[in-house]
Formats: sequence, C-alpha cells, structure tokens
Amino acid sequence: MRLLGLAARRLAASLPALLLILIGLFLLLQLAPGDTVDALMAQMGGGDERIATELRVFYGLDLSVPARLGQYLLRLVQLDLGYSAIYGKPVATVILERLPATLLLMTASLSFAFAFGAVLGVVAARRVNRWPDTLISTLGLIFYATPSFWFGLMAIVVFSVHLQWLPAGGFGDVALGLTGFAAVLDIAKHLVLPTLTLALIYLAISLRIMRAAMLEVLTLDFVRTARAKGLTETRVVARHVLRNALLPMITLIGLQVGTMLGGSVVVESVFTLPGLGRLAYESVVQRDLNTLLGIAFVSALLVIAANFIVDMLYARLDPRISSGG
Amino acid sequence: MSLLEIRELSVALPAGADRALALDQVSLALDPGEILCVVGESGSGKSVTASAIIGLLAPGLAVVSGQIMLAGEALVGQSPEAWRALRGRRIAMVFQEPMTALNPLMTVGAQIAEMWRAHTDLNSRDITAHSLAALTEVALPDPEGALRAYPHELSGGQRQRVMIAMALALEPEVLICDEPTTALDVTTQAQVLALIRALQQRRGTAVLFITHDFGVVAEIADRVAVMQQGVVVEQGPAATVLSHPTHPYTKALLAAVPALIAPPPRELAAGSVLTLRGVTKTYGSPGMFRRRKAVKALDAVDLTLRQGATLGVVGESGSGKSTLARCVVGLLPVDAGDILIAGEPLPHGRCAAAGLVQMVFQDPFASLNPRRRVGDQVAQGPMALGTSAAQAMAEARALFGLVGLEPDAVARFPHEFSGGQRQRIGIARALAMKPRVLVADEPVSALDVSVQAQVLELLRGLQARLGLSMLFITHDLRVAAQICDDIAVMQNGVVVETGPIGEVFAAPRHAYTRSLLDAVPGRALFAA
Amino acid sequence: MQFLRAYARNPAALIGAALVLAVLAMGLLAPLLYPGDPLSLAGRPLQWPGANPRFPLGTDPSGRDIAAQLFHGARVSLLIGFSATAIAVVIGIGIGALAGFYGGIVDTLLMRVTEAFQTLPNFLLLLVLVAVFGSDIKTVTIAIGIVAWPPVARLTRAEFLSLRTRDFVQACRLQGLSDAHLILREVLPNALPPVIVYASVVMAIAILLESALAFLQLSDPNVSSWGNLIGLGRNVLRAEWYVSAIPGIAILLTILGVSLVGQGLNDALNPRLAGR
Repeated sequence: MRLLGLAARRLAASLPALLLILIGLFLLLQLAPGDTVDALMAQMGGGDERIATELRVFYGLDLSVPARLGQYLLRLVQLDLGYSAIYGKPVATVILERLPATLLLMTASLSFAFAFGAVLGVVAARRVNRWPDTLISTLGLIFYATPSFWFGLMAIVVFSVHLQWLPAGGFGDVALGLTGFAAVLDIAKHLVLPTLTLALIYLAISLRIMRAAMLEVLTLDFVRTARAKGLTETRVVARHVLRNALLPMITLIGLQVGTMLGGSVVVESVFTLPGLGRLAYESVVQRDLNTLLGIAFVSALLVIAANFIVDMLYARLDPRISSGG
Repeated sequence: MSLLEIRELSVALPAGADRALALDQVSLALDPGEILCVVGESGSGKSVTASAIIGLLAPGLAVVSGQIMLAGEALVGQSPEAWRALRGRRIAMVFQEPMTALNPLMTVGAQIAEMWRAHTDLNSRDITAHSLAALTEVALPDPEGALRAYPHELSGGQRQRVMIAMALALEPEVLICDEPTTALDVTTQAQVLALIRALQQRRGTAVLFITHDFGVVAEIADRVAVMQQGVVVEQGPAATVLSHPTHPYTKALLAAVPALIAPPPRELAAGSVLTLRGVTKTYGSPGMFRRRKAVKALDAVDLTLRQGATLGVVGESGSGKSTLARCVVGLLPVDAGDILIAGEPLPHGRCAAAGLVQMVFQDPFASLNPRRRVGDQVAQGPMALGTSAAQAMAEARALFGLVGLEPDAVARFPHEFSGGQRQRIGIARALAMKPRVLVADEPVSALDVSVQAQVLELLRGLQARLGLSMLFITHDLRVAAQICDDIAVMQNGVVVETGPIGEVFAAPRHAYTRSLLDAVPGRALFAA
Repeated sequence: MQFLRAYARNPAALIGAALVLAVLAMGLLAPLLYPGDPLSLAGRPLQWPGANPRFPLGTDPSGRDIAAQLFHGARVSLLIGFSATAIAVVIGIGIGALAGFYGGIVDTLLMRVTEAFQTLPNFLLLLVLVAVFGSDIKTVTIAIGIVAWPPVARLTRAEFLSLRTRDFVQACRLQGLSDAHLILREVLPNALPPVIVYASVVMAIAILLESALAFLQLSDPNVSSWGNLIGLGRNVLRAEWYVSAIPGIAILLTILGVSLVGQGLNDALNPRLAGR
C-alpha cells in the first residue's frame, strides 16, 4: 500500500513538468516561420491565398494563441493529438504506427547496455587497477567517445557490405511474407546492428557507474562487518555489495530513457527503421509541426512512465524508501 | 600461554604518511574471561591493532614483522581462506558506527543468519531459532520483530545490540570491540557496557576493548594497555594503571579527564543577558504529500543566562539542545515564545544581530571554509559591519594572539591547522563581533581529551578576561562540570531541571538527571 | 601547483591533454595550412587517401579536400563545444545555485522547470529548436547550450544543498554577511570542482550533438563540420567508406581527449578517489 501511495505521489509530481513542456513547446512552435498550411501549400505546389485561409480555419489556425493553446491542451486530455496534414492521418495514428519499432529498439538496447554494463563493471571493480580493469575501462572510454551514427555506418560497412552477415537497414523484409517464428527471427536480425549502435554509449556509461558504485560500496562499513563475519569474498560481493551497487544503476536507467529516445532519431535514420525517431526527423524536414509536438508529448509520457517504473523498482530494492523514512 | 598473544607486531603505513609505522613492536596478551582495554587518542594505532588481529587491515597497511598467536596457532602468514574460517567463528568484532555497520538492504535476521550459513551446516529452521535466541540474549525488546526489521528501523543502541548478538553468535573465543559505545548516548552506553560485561562473564569470552575514554576503561577493564603513536607505552591491571600510572603520557591523559565535580560557585553580577520564554519549535509540519510525524524539538522552554555566567544545556541526542542553540542565534525561526537578548528580541537584520550573539560550532573541520585564509574569515565579519579592512585584519591578528595562536597564522589556510587550533580560530571569529552572548554548541566534543582540556581552559580564561556570557551546549556532564555556573537538563525538547551546577550535581531532583549522572562512565574513579 | 603536479602524474590525463591540444592546434592551423573555403571544389571527386599526394586524405563526393575539411572542422567542433558548454554551465550554475541556496518555493519552481527540460529527450528538443529558429551556427550553438544545462543545474543544486547548512556558511550568516557574499565567496568556490569536472562531459555531449545534427544535414550547411562530412559519405558508403570513416575518427579522438581531461581533473581534485 505504501508503495502505491509513493507511486501516486511520484506520478502527481511529474504532471507540472509535463504541463510546462506542452505549454513551452506549443508557444515555441508559434515562433516557427511558416505553419502547417504553408508546408501543405508548398507540397501541393503553391495555391492561392483563399484556399490557405480556408485551410487555416479548417485546422483552427486562425484563432488567437491562448485560445489555440487552450484547445490544444483540452484535446490532449482526450488523447487527441491533432491531424497531420503531411501524412493525411491523425497524429496519434501516425505515432502509434511508428511506436513499436522504437520501443523494441529501446528495450533491447537498454537491456543490453544494463546487463553487459553491470557485468563488465563488476569484473573491472573486482580486478581494480589490473589488466582486466584497464582493458574494460579503456574500452568504456572509447565506446563513450564513439559517435553512434558513425559506429552504425562502420558496422554496416563491415557486417552488411563486406561480411554480409546482417541486413543494412529496415525493420524486416515484407517482401518475403514471413510469418510466425521466421518473422520474429527476421526482425531480430534487422535489430542487431541498431541495438548495438544505440546501446554503445549507454554500455560505456553503465559500466563506468557500476564500477564506481562497486568500489564505493566496497569501502562501506557493512562490507567490513560482512568480512569480519568470515563470509567468503564471493558471498560478500554477491549478497552485500552487488545489491547496494545496483541502486545507482537503477537511477541511471531513468535518466537514460530520455537521452536514448533522442539517440534513436539518429540510429533510426542510419538504419532506416520506421520508428518514432525517424518520424521526428521527417517531421522537422517536412515542417509537420503537429506531428513533432505529438512526438514530444508521447516521448515525455514514455520518459515519465519509465521513471515511474524505475521508482517502483528502487522502492522495492531499498526498504528505506517505502517506509517513508 | 595466553589465549591471544600479539608479539612485537609492527605494521607499516603507506609511504608518505606522517610516520613509517602504524604499529611499532606492539606486544599484548589476552587471557580467556578477561577484558583488556586498549586506550589511546586518535592516531595512536589502537584501531589498527584491532584490524590486524582479525586480519582485515585497511588497504595500504601491511604487517612487516611480529606474530599474532591464537591459542598457540600463528595467524600472520596464514592463507586468506584460513583467516576467513577464523573470522566470526573464533575471533569476532563489533564496530564503532552502528548506523553504517549493518547492510541497509538486508533484514537483521538475514544478516545474523549469515554467521551460521558461513560457518555451519545447520538448516534454515535451526538457524532462525538460533538467531532468535541470539537476539533474545542481547535483550532486544521485540526479538521476533527485530529479526524481520531492516537496520534503519532500529535505534543506534538496538543496532549495536544486534552487532553484539551477531559477533557472539558462534561463541568466539575472542571478541574485539572497536569503540562500540562511542557513537551512543551516555545512558545507552551504560546499558551496552553492562551487556558486554554480562555476556562476557557468562561465556568466559576474552574481550579486547578499544576506546579513547578512560571513563569507559574504569567501567569495564580488567587490564589496560595505553597506546601512543603506535607504541604501547604502559600496560597492567586496570586498578594499578588508573590509580598509579607510571608513564608520563598515561598521567597526562588521566589528568585531562575532567572530574565530575562542580566547581565552587563564582561571584557574579546581578542581572540576566539572555532570556527564553516558552520557546517552542516543531519540525516536519504535516503536509498533503508528507507523512513525516511532527516532532516537538523544543516544548515551551524557559531559560535565563546570567550576565557573565555560563549556562550549560545538557542532554542526549534528540533532546533538542542543538535546536535550542540554533534558535538562540537566529539560524532557526521559533514557532512560539520569545528569545530576548538584553531585553530585546533578536533583530531581523543579519548585521544588527551579529553584534549580539555569536556561535562556536562543534566540528572544527566543517566550521571553516577550506578555500579561504583563516584571517579573512575572522576579519570579514567586522568588515561587513563597516570596519576598515586594515583595522579588521589588525583586530584579527590581536584575536589570534588572544586565543593562543601566532598572529601571523592569519595568512594560512584551514588545512594547515589541527582540530584544536581550528576550534581556537572559530572562537576568535565569534569574538571578533564582540557579542553579548556566545553560544558554544558542543565545542570540544570532536577533540581528543588532552586538546579538550586546553580549549576549555581557553574558554574559561576568556570568560574571566572579557566577562563573556556563554550558553554552552554539551552531552558530556564532565565537560559541563568544568565550565558551567548554571545547568539546564533537557529531555525530548523539555527542560526537566535547572539550577546552579553544584546543587544539581549534588542533589538532582529529576529522575532523568539522576540517570544521566549515574550513567557517566568511570564515575567512581574520577569523582575525586 | 600541487594540482598541476597531481594532474601531470596521471598518464591518461596527459594523453587526454595531448589529444585536446592537437585538435586545438588543428583548428588554429587550419587557415594557414588550408587557406580559402574548405567547402569549395578542389579536385576530382572520390579520390582515395594516398592516391593523390595533393590530397593525403582524399576527396569527398563533391571533389572537396577531406584534409581541409578535417582541419576546419576542428575549429567548428571546438568552438561549438566550448561555447555551448559555457552557455550550459552558466545557466546550470545560476539556476542550481539559486535553487540549492534558497530552497523552498524557489527550489520547487526552478526544479520543475529543470525536470521539464529533462523529461523531454534533449535531441528532440534540439530538433524543435532548430526547426523553429533555423540552423545557422550561432543558433545551433545556443540551442545545444539550452538543451545541455539541466544536469549542471542538478549537480550545482546538490552541492549547494549540502554546503548551505555547513557550519562555515552558518558562521558567515551570523557574522552579518550578505547572501551574495555567502553564495559567491563561501559556497560557490566549494561547489565548483565537481561542476568543472562535469563540464567536460557537457563538452563531449555538445560536440556529439552538433555532429549528429550535422550528420542529419540539419546543422549549418555553410560551415565545414565533421558530422556533415560523415553524412555526405553515407551515400557512397559501400565503396568509398573512407569519406565517413576519417571524420568519425576525428570526433572519436576529440571526445576521448575531452573525457580523459575530465577524468584527470577529477582525479587531481579528489586525490582520495584517484585510481577509480
């Protein structure tokens, strides 16, 4: 019950931030040169002023800014994200079509980065300042410094062009008409390179945090107590150090979901994945501001949801949180 | 042959330390059923001795020569696996800091159970039964509940009981206690000491007890070893060492332990300088999203500080004495009641208040800005009130002389001073504002006993010379006895007893005051 | 002095400093070694590195000298890195200091704004800003500064929160000193070291953000940027992969250098933790 109360409080606390984002973005987009109608007219190859005016009335663009902001927020509450003139569909539909690819990519990358980061971090901390540590830490530094889009391109050169092991892009070969397990395998094959590319920098961050957290916890008093009890070093690490060291890692996930969504813009462009990130890129290029705003809203919701899950996880792992101390 | 023998043990410090050896040819012997107290000031090597015996020297420290024998078995040079099998089973340890010595993410039961899991083949049910018995033996109020509790749900004293239960779980031959009561309140300390003594007698355990406090030594020791700079300078039966010390260092340490006798009352001018009337302060207001229980830190406190006198406020942690200090100097707003200095409430403007009341803080390492010259930190106050920089610095130099420092030391940075010297700088900083009232919040609690005596001497001298009026917060009744004219005893935010210190010590009226006085360790020995 | 000695004792930190200095030298020497516009046609397109002694690193699909673009790109990367970091650090310290020092309602308000910025994925916000305000180099720099400040603010706030109730700050309050003195002279100098260390992270992020933006052809097309070149090379990736590979290595080494310098600073500022 306490956990639920905590959860409700955390969710309530994130509402002001969400509202601020929406108002801020909406006002920001008012400053943009040219609106959806301009973009649409340009796509149609020009048109006269009368049609433009009619279109503006149709999209509600003729109202005052506060009125439109009010309308926008009101529609958002009903989960109506507006209409994308470019795609000729409701924004919500466009986003929902693109969401699965991004969610899949992010879950895979996050799991990969977390799991391998934790393992490498533990190994490095157990062998601190010896060659496994030096090797892992150096690799971490290089991964951290590698631009993801460049790594993606180089991976394509090596694994798709030269070795021809993995596809260079796309989300699955529709042409093959695969079903069932074969289709899953096909998607998985298409996701290997994007996942590695997106995960690279987060792998570097996780392993660094895990290593530092392990070394920090190893100096704490209760570890000395555990050793004084005569526990084996393996047991000291497994039962006492690891769980405490995982706490900062959990916090890290919450922080990473947001930047990872940003990173997916680039990675999805490199691998031509039909995801949310690429949609964002396309809507910037096509000046489809309604869609861009919708993506920002959905991304913020995703980040809030991720942080909510992280908070719950944290509260489960750390008894000091849920007892309200 | 003794149970535990340390033979000429030397432990090297890492290169670049202030001395080469943490321990220099230390020899100690411990027999079954006896308590050996190793006593010394910070840096004496007493804690290093403890970690060497259990084979857990801090990284960078290494045994260079000597041997540790446990029942005839040489420990130095054993394999890590042999050490591990020994720890917990034959030699167990209780640490100083009960707040951090237990894993915050594991239940107390799981942590105690690990003792049997690591060293025996018992099944889970037997282990639980043993854990429960162990917790019952250390007299925890609700042993079954404690098994399921997490460390943060227990008080400091309760956690230390858990640590003791854990250490004694496998009936080790040797128990090492590293300052186990230093972090506890005085009444809790008395209970924990009694518990250790009782368990040790019941089982015949040999106890090596590390402490800095001769009061504790007098309470618990059968034999005493005094350490200074890594060397054992004197050892012998407790009664002999305490009453007839031979080494000058032991003599100096014992002489620095303040007696628990109030000084004769001084002649003081009539009139009061600080008056508190019905002062109330509550922490943690109940809000929509907060469940924290509101705590009354101060509950209708009435106090009077006489002109030129020292009023001691004593109590245990959580009694509200530090809150009181912060309210008086205006760092915390009060919820109700009046605080009057020279008949007036403290003005709101910081500058106007600065000349009325100043404070000396507890922690000498936190009370000075590490990045600024100490002279500037003293002079900046008068400068904020309009004194010219040159004059303020001249005053600062004079004050440094007054508190027993070199006037030229004004140009140095805090890290170049020892704890006692920093505390002198803190006093100079407060005096620079020429306050009507000086509030001292545990000013000597963080200092070694010999330094403590010097700082108290300084405060007494300054009071005599400058006619200072002081509000002196302390948890230590011995310290209070050194400097206070009047005393107020606080418990849970309420002043339970006030009066001239001589009267309160001689004939305490409130039960809590009596329990505080009774709990002072080594009372019998240091009464005279 | 002591600080410099501690820094110089760390080989990784020295490598980092060497890398950063090398990139700096590249940027400074660019107008001397490659005068004129690096984006102008120089020779036959897509010559492999080493094939033509005039172009040691080859030419790109438009026949522009890759080496010239690399040197001029160093200017752009460092300039954007430094300026955007400065913007982010100034905003972050300002907001974090006020929130942490005053607490209460000021803290709540400022932290809500910070949270809002952190809830929105920063690259997405960058896209929005570029979409609205255009993509000339100044706008891009400011936009990167605007999306990068929240972690700096959080870090500064945390430092201020723990420092503001320290005894030495309380003592200054009692001495009658003003809030401005407390913030600027007492708390800030003690709060600064971790923020300075973190600035290296901000700088790495800023360089990465700019190159990603340029890669997507959303940054200023009129300046020579490493990311831009990688994006151009994408079209000829299958055969002439060197066009993308070379500037990518330049970015990698620059960020590696910045990170190593940051770590070196951290170790030198916290000798206790050195070797972690």
